[in-house]
Amino acid sequence: MNDFNESAKKAQSRRNFCKSTSLLVGGMMLPISQMQGMVNVLNDKKLKLALIGCGGRGTGAAAQALKADENVELVAMADAFEDRLQSSLKNLLKEFEGTKKVKVKDKNQFVGFDAARKAMDLADVVILTTPPGFRPQHFEYAIKTGKHVFMEKPVATDVPGVRKVLEMARLAKEKKLNVVVGLQRRYQNNYIDMANKIDQGAVGQIVSGQVYWNGGGVWVRKRQPEQSELEYQMRNWYYFNWLCGDHILEQHIHNIDIANWFVGDYPVSAQGMGGRQVRTGKDHGEIFDHHFVEFKYANGAVVSSQCRHQPGTMYKVGEVFQGTKGFIETNDAGATYIKGLDGKEVYKYVGFNDPNPYQQEHNRLFESIRKGGVIADAEHGAKSTMTAIIGRMATYSGKVITWDEAIKSDLALIPENLNWKSEPPVKPLANGSYEIPTPGKTKVI
Amino acid sequence: MKISKNSSLILITFLLANLSIGQKSENYTQSIAGSDLTIEMISIPEGNFAMGSKDSDNNANSDEFPAGEVKISPFWMSKYEITWELFYLYLNREIDGEENKSKGNEVTLEADAISGATIPYVDMSLGMGTGSGLPIVNVTHLAASKFCEWLSAKTGHFYRLPTEAEWEYACRAGSETEYSFETAESIGDHAWYKENSNGTYHKVGEKKPNAWGLYDMHGNVAELVLDGYQEDAYKKRKKKNRENPVVFPESEYPTVVRGGSWIDDRKQLRSAMRLPSTPDWKRRDPQFPKSKWWHTDAPFVGFRIVRVLTPPDQSEYEKYWGPKEIE
Repeated sequence: MNDFNESAKKAQSRRNFCKSTSLLVGGMMLPISQMQGMVNVLNDKKLKLALIGCGGRGTGAAAQALKADENVELVAMADAFEDRLQSSLKNLLKEFEGTKKVKVKDKNQFVGFDAARKAMDLADVVILTTPPGFRPQHFEYAIKTGKHVFMEKPVATDVPGVRKVLEMARLAKEKKLNVVVGLQRRYQNNYIDMANKIDQGAVGQIVSGQVYWNGGGVWVRKRQPEQSELEYQMRNWYYFNWLCGDHILEQHIHNIDIANWFVGDYPVSAQGMGGRQVRTGKDHGEIFDHHFVEFKYANGAVVSSQCRHQPGTMYKVGEVFQGTKGFIETNDAGATYIKGLDGKEVYKYVGFNDPNPYQQEHNRLFESIRKGGVIADAEHGAKSTMTAIIGRMATYSGKVITWDEAIKSDLALIPENLNWKSEPPVKPLANGSYEIPTPGKTKVI
Repeated sequence: MKISKNSSLILITFLLANLSIGQKSENYTQSIAGSDLTIEMISIPEGNFAMGSKDSDNNANSDEFPAGEVKISPFWMSKYEITWELFYLYLNREIDGEENKSKGNEVTLEADAISGATIPYVDMSLGMGTGSGLPIVNVTHLAASKFCEWLSAKTGHFYRLPTEAEWEYACRAGSETEYSFETAESIGDHAWYKENSNGTYHKVGEKKPNAWGLYDMHGNVAELVLDGYQEDAYKKRKKKNRENPVVFPESEYPTVVRGGSWIDDRKQLRSAMRLPSTPDWKRRDPQFPKSKWWHTDAPFVGFRIVRVLTPPDQSEYEKYWGPKEIE
């Protein structure tokens, strides 16, 4: 078995694959026979992997990394919590039984707030999958110490974090380090195909769009009596902005990123509204349950974005765009459509059986590392994170937020140098609930 | 109107249903306390049928041979595929505490003690919609089974997935040909499938029912059944196993899925067609371990439910509903 060669073959067979993506790396267009020879030579070096953040997604990403390359080994793991680390390790050992790919010695299992650095020190490639608030500091350390990176979206929860990631994105390029960001639609064939179509002028210029992540919400972890406030927030992190950034950022960033990718730019301003009407319990921290934002681009294009966590409402995850020559619809299931201005379908791509984009992310990453290429996802990852942040700023404040003023904000949500004795940056009110942003009053910059 | 909201009618049919146990059974409408939604249940008579495909069936696969006589006890089967709305009653767990006024006494369980499915991170309909009357898809065998357990706790009746034999018996409704309708040419009147589905599932009950009044047995969404998949199940079947046969699943995959779906060509919709489930139906689940409750790549697989006249002993519940404790 060789997933790596398999994926290389698949990439070769799709002529348009590299267009308008950042995936064009040296050697990709070589005949397969030559490429396999090359692969074998470079495959000699064992790549050591560290997993930072051992939740379900991190464990999934580690499994995908281990399957992406024959000569990669998981050597270190880090998590704030011992139980999370151990269950992740147990699951990976089971999955990779008999392969010798999971070799995490007891002394290389690190727990706590300083665990990430210790684990990264032992690795060539790192997976950054803690709650997003920690991403900028972890990414900074990874790049400064010369690691290749897979990191999940979003890449920060506040603007100082975004600026740090942008700075490190530049440094990563200089140091020729590969960085893949888990905006996996950029590795999903139907989206790549549509980006190519847009480049070829199939819909003219995009003038407007609507992007959606409307669903019922996500998990809640209830407070346990023995927990400190900090531990509770770290366990139930989805509902605290310094850790999560609100669901417009944590989840809806996927669709917002598609808008940026397809329009070919980042918005100059945003305005919108939002609130919390259904999901209002004490276990639901401080985040909203719905946001609606208009993003305005420099050329005048406007994309409206809606995301909702309310059970029993219309669920929709996907994107629609209007161009000067036609209409686009894309969705997560693997389908894309183009209709002409007369409403008739002129193009359809249905890829229900396309490769798993989450696996593709790691196949590309390791392929590029082996060939000395440079995948540089951090910049668009940071800028789409910033886009979602200005969306959140708009719904929290009820004001027009411009990119240029927001990007200068020094309002940090996550404290530096946390330890288990630290006070969390937000605390419950006397009645056990948390302060909720109020449009017209809340300061966001 | 597929889902009746007429409570007096419900009450009457409910009483009839309760009276009918041990006697000739009637169709009835199952109410669910705390919700306006109901489930219409069709009485399926006892009988014998030849399960599997005849040697002369050119479209049959090898796992459909040999056809063999099977005896089925009477049961009720839901008239329609289970919808998103019904499944959300279980998923959202907001009505667990509401008591049915006329609760059955075949099952005594607390609804809030039943393991709950996780709220999915993505839109599990993959863009096809979850509105009124649309069938649920992307559920795992475990999730469908736990829905049955929860519904049993709520109603006091023993609900479960149909066995493979019950499913085929009910699908055939007395027919012995490839489909339950006479001519393959009329398939479009009876089923949503590749040629007419327009790339999506449809509201349950829009096509013609079979002879016993069951809708969408062929097509729309394929249906999970209780049995684990064995390619040679029919070849191995012994004489003594010809009454209400069932192969309880020993692993998560493969289990049997029946009826074909909106994504399939007509051959896949045949009454005898058996599709094994596969771990590949979770291939895009980014979490590890992958969800026990949701597939990410089976937007064509749903289920319907049955109720039997004589529920099994409590010691056998896990065979029908899966493990009591889910990690």
